[in-house]
Order: sequence, then C-alpha cells, then structure tokens
Amino acid sequence: MAYQLTAESQARVKDIATRYPHPMSGILPAMHIVMAETGWVSREACDHVAELLDVPKIKVYEALTFYTYFPQKPVGKYHIQFCHNISCNLRGAESFIQHLKDKHDIQEDEVTDDGLFCLHRVECLGACGNAPMMQVNDDYYENLTLESMDELIEGWKKSAGNGKA
Amino acid sequence: MALEKIVFKNLDIPEMTELKKYEEHGGYKQWKRVMQDKVTADEVIDVVKASGLRGRGGAGFPTGLKWSFVPKDSPKQKYVLCNADESEPGTFKDREILEKTPHQLIEGVLLAAYAIGSNTSYIYLRGEFVKGWKMIEHALAQAREAGYIGKNVFGSGYDIDVWTHRGAGAYICGEETAMINSLEGLRGEPRLKPPFPAVEGFYRSPTIVNNVETLASVPLIIENGADWYTQYGTEKSRGTKLWSVSGHVQNPGVYEVPMGYPMKKFFEEELGGCWNGNKLKGVIPGGSSVPMMTPDEFLACTMDYENIAEHGSMLGSGGMIVFDETACLVEASTVLAQFYAHESCGQCTPCREGCAWVLQQLKDIEAGQPVPMAKDVLLSVFEQIYGNTICPLGDSIVMPIKSMIEKFPEEFEYYIREGKSMITGKTRLAHLAVPDKPENFRRGQPFNYPREQDYTTDFDKVAHDVSRGPEPMFTKLPPLD
Repeated sequence: MAYQLTAESQARVKDIATRYPHPMSGILPAMHIVMAETGWVSREACDHVAELLDVPKIKVYEALTFYTYFPQKPVGKYHIQFCHNISCNLRGAESFIQHLKDKHDIQEDEVTDDGLFCLHRVECLGACGNAPMMQVNDDYYENLTLESMDELIEGWKKSAGNGKA
Repeated sequence: MALEKIVFKNLDIPEMTELKKYEEHGGYKQWKRVMQDKVTADEVIDVVKASGLRGRGGAGFPTGLKWSFVPKDSPKQKYVLCNADESEPGTFKDREILEKTPHQLIEGVLLAAYAIGSNTSYIYLRGEFVKGWKMIEHALAQAREAGYIGKNVFGSGYDIDVWTHRGAGAYICGEETAMINSLEGLRGEPRLKPPFPAVEGFYRSPTIVNNVETLASVPLIIENGADWYTQYGTEKSRGTKLWSVSGHVQNPGVYEVPMGYPMKKFFEEELGGCWNGNKLKGVIPGGSSVPMMTPDEFLACTMDYENIAEHGSMLGSGGMIVFDETACLVEASTVLAQFYAHESCGQCTPCREGCAWVLQQLKDIEAGQPVPMAKDVLLSVFEQIYGNTICPLGDSIVMPIKSMIEKFPEEFEYYIREGKSMITGKTRLAHLAVPDKPENFRRGQPFNYPREQDYTTDFDKVAHDVSRGPEPMFTKLPPLD
C-alpha cells in the first residue's frame, strides 16, 4: 500500500499549509512531519506530501534532494550526527569519530547490523562553545569526552536490550 | 571580572522561557504600550533608527533604515522574517536566545511587524535546533493565550500572527533571499538583488529579514530609548554585540560586549587566553567566513565593525574561533573548504566548481600528493571565485583560507614540499593518496579518479596553431579588491 501519514498528521499538514499564502510553503513542514513519524523520507512519502498539498511532485523531490536534514534512506534507532567542523575539529572531533568506529564499530553512513546506530558527519550544528558535540535524533550532547560518549552509547545499547527482553 | 550583560541580561535569569517570568522583568510592556497608546509605526522606526542598531547576522546593515525601505503605500501584504537559521561555523549566540529567552525575541518580532505594517511573521529556525524550536513554540502558545498575538491586539485593531518554520540543514538558507526561497518551499538558492526583499521578497511581497539578535535587541531599545542604547559603543557601531567564542580558548561561551571594547582586555580577562596556557596563533573573529587575524592584529583591535575592518578582518556574526600554536592551518583550511563545498547551493559555477577545486587541492596537499604549484593554483582559483557569485558564499571560502595562506605561507609551503604537516608532523589524509600513481595521472581534478584513457594532449602529434594565441583559461583576471 502506498505510504500515508496518519489521519491526524494529514490534518496537521493541511492546517500548517493555511499559514502561508501558497501551499508550496508547506513542503518543508510536511516533510518534518513525515520525518517525525518515520525517521526518514521516502519517494512515496514525497508523492503523498505532494498530493496532500496539491503541489507538483517534482517540487517535493527538489526540496528533498536539496535539504540534507532529511535522510533519504532508513536510519538507525539512534541517528548520530557528529559535527566535524572547525570548532569541533580544533577540540578533537576526528578522534571521537575514530573512536566510534574503532571501539563501537559504528561506521560512517551505515546502519549497524542490529539497526541501533548510524553515524553521519555533519557540518556546524551551532554549539561550538561546547565542542566537541553530536546530535543524536533530536537532542544535542555537548562537551563530550571519550568516557561520556562511551557511557551514552552503552546506555543506549542497554535500554534497547531491555526493550526487546 | 565578568562583563555584565546589558541587552541580554535575560540570558542569565533562569526560567526566562516562561511568560510569567518574562512579564515580571518588564516583558511585553512595550508591546502593550505601543498597542494601547496607539504609538505610530513611524515612531517605532524612528527610535530604532536613532539607536543606530545594525544587523547582527553578519552584514551590519542599519536596521531602522532597512525597515524604512518597505513601501508604505504598497497594497500587498508585508512580512517579517526572523532569521534563526544560525549555521555559520563558530556562531552560537542565537541558539542561546532561542532556548533561554524566546519571549524577548517574539516581542522584537511583534514590534518589527508593527513598524512595517505586517500582519504575518515567520521565525525561520534551522531544523537541527529542535529544543529552540520547542521553546519558541511554547512561548508563542503562551503569548497567543495572553492576547499578545492574535486579532485586534489590546483593542488596537491590529492583527498579528507569528509562525515558526523549520529549515532542513542548509547553511545557505541563512542568506536572506535564499531563506525566502526556502520559505516558499523551493530549493534554498539565493536570488539576484535588486529587487531587494524589502520591496519584493516572500511571494513578491515586501519582506524584512532580520537576525535573531537584532530583533531581540528591539524591545529594550523601545523601552529605554535610543539615547540609552547609543551610550554604549562607538560613533558608528552603536550598542552591544553578542560574541560567541570557541576553539582553543580557556573560557568558551557567549559574551555580551559593548562595541569598541578593547580586544586584548576581552581576550585576557574574560576568555582567560588560550587553553592550557598555549601561545596564540591566530583568530577568526566573525564566524568562519571572515579573514583570519594574526595575534598582533587581533590584540591591537577594538571590538567594533570599523576597527576590526581596519585590522584586516570583519566583525561578521561575532563568532570568534581561536587557534593556538598546535593548530595546523592546512587542516583547518581543508575543514573549512569541506564545509563550503558541501553547502554551496550549486547555482553559480564559480562557487560550485571553485569550492570543489579548492577542497581537492587541499586534500591532495594533505594526502601528500599535491601538484608542485598547489599554493598558486589555490590563489588563482580564489581570484576566480571572489566577487563572481550571486551571494557571498563564494567569497566566504576565499576570505578565511586566502588569509591563512597569505599570513602563514610557510606552513602551506612546508606541507606541499615535505608531504607532512609542519605542526603535527603527520600526513593527515595519507589514506586518500593514490597508490602506484600512474605517470600521466593528473591530480588536482575535482574528481580524482584514475583514468583508463589518457586525455592529455600530445603536442608532438597535434599541430599547434600559434595564431590562436594563449589558451583562454590562462588569461589573467583582475586581482581581488
């Protein structure tokens, strides 16, 4: 069956579109809603958004391929986005990314086999004063040390394990 | 000794995100007064004009003047667009405002909207700021409930709506016309100016785009008057500025500093110098897009638009990035080039191709396989990007990296000559080196694939037509500035 948002979300998309002079403006908010529901944005989801807003499908594809915030394929349960820009780089971001790869076997641009983690390098997330930092799903984790990062990762592994049991 | 916050003292007060707390500290009083006493829009603009407030996003354009460009008699709807798409590396001041004192920003948006006669405003936040977005939404809901936002505010007959709009990870959308395109659901590609947004912006209607810090300064200026604001700062740079400091510094964070404050004093007393007592190597004072300053230039300047410009850089967004002696500037250049190559919207060829070229050259240097004249290639690519693009993103890759090459040439020359960093002694990107490099392999291509076929011209076989003159690609372009 073709991709569909829940009825509630569909109503929200339509409501948000009325805030703007033209429904085209509703494309980004609609994709944020899709992402909140599914974690990523598929081609079918784009078609669905285009139908809801009554805009050409190509306009939604155009937006999807321009804005890097929307993953175009499924991500892990914990989507790690590690800042590697200048301020974080000066405070050792590269060694943190290497640590994630070496110790936790979380590779760049890949989802781990258990579906828990995926790691993406990203550009500045606007938290340079508390570098190094990463964003995991919606939340920022700042002033990281290797130990605090290990703790976070282990914690997530544990809570996921509990969830299954 | 800590600098007292003046315009942004709310940042240090806990629970300022709640309407009650904000009202206790005098919040929304000005908005109420403007509405109830029927203060005219021109009066609001005049106060802001007299205060000398300048755009705090980076360009430093006088805010009151910008507002007055909106045509009064236009029958079209007018819009205020608050730029909270803070993505400039090294800048994180707006995030503080969004997360800690959202009501102050909203009051600023309301006053700006009233001043230009707009009934709808949008706050464009970068998508990654989920917490800031929730704070703003929370504050907006409270303000709506309290009647500060809505129809016929306090019986004045004035209607106002404020909505949030989330971006999605595109740095370029911080450029005002790109932001307008993005708000229209399009790709965030900057528009040619003129027409300026104040005349033709969002859906071709008059639109004012202002930075978060600018708008959040407005309520206090209206409350205390222009004279209060102008007592801070210098003749041309009025008031105070938020500085976000990061990198190799002892006390990183957000500071509010009156314009014209001595940089040396600020660096030593507030920031505590470089971390671990290291020696200072250089500073990018205004977000990653401005030229780097040497320690001499940096410590001699005062913190205002004009003086920093006199010392060879720009105040920009106030995102100060400090480099100590352990920083390898070739590595820093690669990191910056990567950022701009990634964030170039792709509209203008000089920026799209140029950023990729710069990045490839720098990667080749760091892989230990540069072309011998890599430094000159970089400088020549800069000349071809600078000033040749619609928006300033192209210039933004040129300014910091060019200044690093010019002010610290020996570091780049050493890396090119020796194949390793002068500072760390390592070849950072050695894994990118092409193994068993074929003899005719041409490095420095944006896409560094070994080719199966050799496309280089064999001059022995091709009759060279002298009458054609030199190849056009070697024609010299006018120098920068």
